[in-house]
Amino acid sequence: MFAPATRNPSYDVAMAPLIDLRGLTVEIPTPAGWIRPVDDVSFALETGESLGLVGESGSGKSMLALALMGLLPPGAKVRGEAWFSGANGSSAARVNLLALGEREKIAVRGRDIAMIFQEPMTALNPVMRVGAQIAEAIRAHEPAISREQIHRRVLAALERAAVPEPAVRARQYPHQLSGGLRQRAMIAMALSGNDEGAARESGSRENGVTGKPRLLIADEPTTALDVTVQKQILELLAELRRELGLALLFITHDLGVVAQVADRIAVSYAGRIVETGPSREVLARPRHPYTAGLLRASPQLVRHKLEPIPGAVPSLTALPPGCAFEPRCPLRVPECAAAMPDLREAGPGHTARCILV
Amino acid sequence: MPVPLLEARNLKKTFPAPGGAFAMGAASAVPAVDAVSLELAAGETLAIVGESGSGKTTLARMMLRLIEPDSGELLVEGRDFLAARGSQLRALRREMQMVFQDPFASLDPRMRVAAIVGEPLEIYEPSLSRADRRTRVVDVLRTVGLGEEALARYPHEFSGGQRQRIGIARALILRPRLVVADEPVSALDVSVGAQILELLQNLQRDFALTYLLISHSLPVVAQLATRIAVMQRGRIVETGPAAQILNAPAHPYTQSLIAAIPALPASAV
Repeated sequence: MFAPATRNPSYDVAMAPLIDLRGLTVEIPTPAGWIRPVDDVSFALETGESLGLVGESGSGKSMLALALMGLLPPGAKVRGEAWFSGANGSSAARVNLLALGEREKIAVRGRDIAMIFQEPMTALNPVMRVGAQIAEAIRAHEPAISREQIHRRVLAALERAAVPEPAVRARQYPHQLSGGLRQRAMIAMALSGNDEGAARESGSRENGVTGKPRLLIADEPTTALDVTVQKQILELLAELRRELGLALLFITHDLGVVAQVADRIAVSYAGRIVETGPSREVLARPRHPYTAGLLRASPQLVRHKLEPIPGAVPSLTALPPGCAFEPRCPLRVPECAAAMPDLREAGPGHTARCILV
Repeated sequence: MPVPLLEARNLKKTFPAPGGAFAMGAASAVPAVDAVSLELAAGETLAIVGESGSGKTTLARMMLRLIEPDSGELLVEGRDFLAARGSQLRALRREMQMVFQDPFASLDPRMRVAAIVGEPLEIYEPSLSRADRRTRVVDVLRTVGLGEEALARYPHEFSGGQRQRIGIARALILRPRLVVADEPVSALDVSVGAQILELLQNLQRDFALTYLLISHSLPVVAQLATRIAVMQRGRIVETGPAAQILNAPAHPYTQSLIAAIPALPASAV
């Protein structure tokens, strides 16, 4: 089931990115026909790096995360490659996530790649104590682990997520926690596989991948939170990245949040990446008219003339023939309607899918 | 100084503490709104800003008498709003309308747009002929940027931004003087939210509206508000002209709210 380590023998495996997406495409059947919420998406994410995937509703950003987690809805078709490097970038552990069988997928999910969601209240089980839920997540990957070990790991996980009084919180139910604490509990659960010692003891190194999440996918993790709580959660994620060397794929619609958490940005529109580059560069000098439009439409603390983008995001069932942004674009020229442009070089490490670049 | 359009004096509201089979321990009732006094001058936009649970929505609903306060006074142009009954209350109510956060939840999915937007007219101006009602509905739809073809369609056929426009049209059809907008853009995408903020600005200018804006977002508030009141745990902790609150907040809580906002790099603004 596992794909060969690399197809190019001269490829320097030590330098292989943690995750390398090539032409990832997801198609889903709907009553109105097949739609493509993720269309030919390619990007790489290095160990410890943070990539902000920015987009509005219908941009396909959440579907991309579900594809990486192997959690696509039934009937979905997926194409392309998603190469994931295991521990230490060792070539033996390079796997194509999209080609994994169900059992391997389950092994990867939660152990190597963890995910947190927007609404912890719906992601957590309301009738199960928080500690028991984290214990369940640990046991899923390490069935042989002792009760004592589990208890220690649960408390360690809560502590790592900076949950105050972990022993008290572990015995509580989700509704007894505030929104911020629930999100911390979910982060604790997501990272509960991250225990070096335990991973060694339980020998969970089949396929050369250790029991330590190396990639955290965070889908709008702070959107439902108050700003002061959001700030704390963003600080916690930054700390965890530093301490655990986690790579972060942060999905958000909020450009301010992305400026704060992401080293690099990928802007998604109607299923396609339309601009990528270093966060500061993209936000300061956007090259795609959509990115520029989003920035001009974003309210800031300083009152400025907001310039809305006219119209609405196109439906995936009725995409325009050329550039998907063409009907709303202030800079459109006749050629824009002819064909979807490729991503073009717009600067060092900076690309934009626009013929004007 | 002119008499305020709407004035709240020492408004107080306490909801009963959660009880019943699922009550965890003895929670004592905490006031949702605790002795709040506010003045709303005609033509201004007063924003009430606060985090979840601060009491801002309860306060706004009390100011429209959608929730009755436990104690305190409410005055509409100096007249006692809480004592108003019958036709007097109806007359006052039609001057105050509300725009809701979620345009998906606040419009009846089984009603056509013509009926949704025209319903307040049916209630307040029952003598209006069908043709006149239709004209009024078409007019107000046009002011919010929707065409006549919207009349026969249902809410689900519209995007989120268009649905919010329908909600605004319904609020405006009675030509109110005060519009309470409760998180009017927080359920919308950024590019569409900016359209709605711009629309609210234009409507205020064209119809001399007074706004009471409820929001958790200081950046949104910064676009519209002339004055800001910051709420925390049922109390107003700071109030003042918008520029002063945003640039030189005096209360530590306001300062922490502003410090928590993730800012874009300066060159992006």
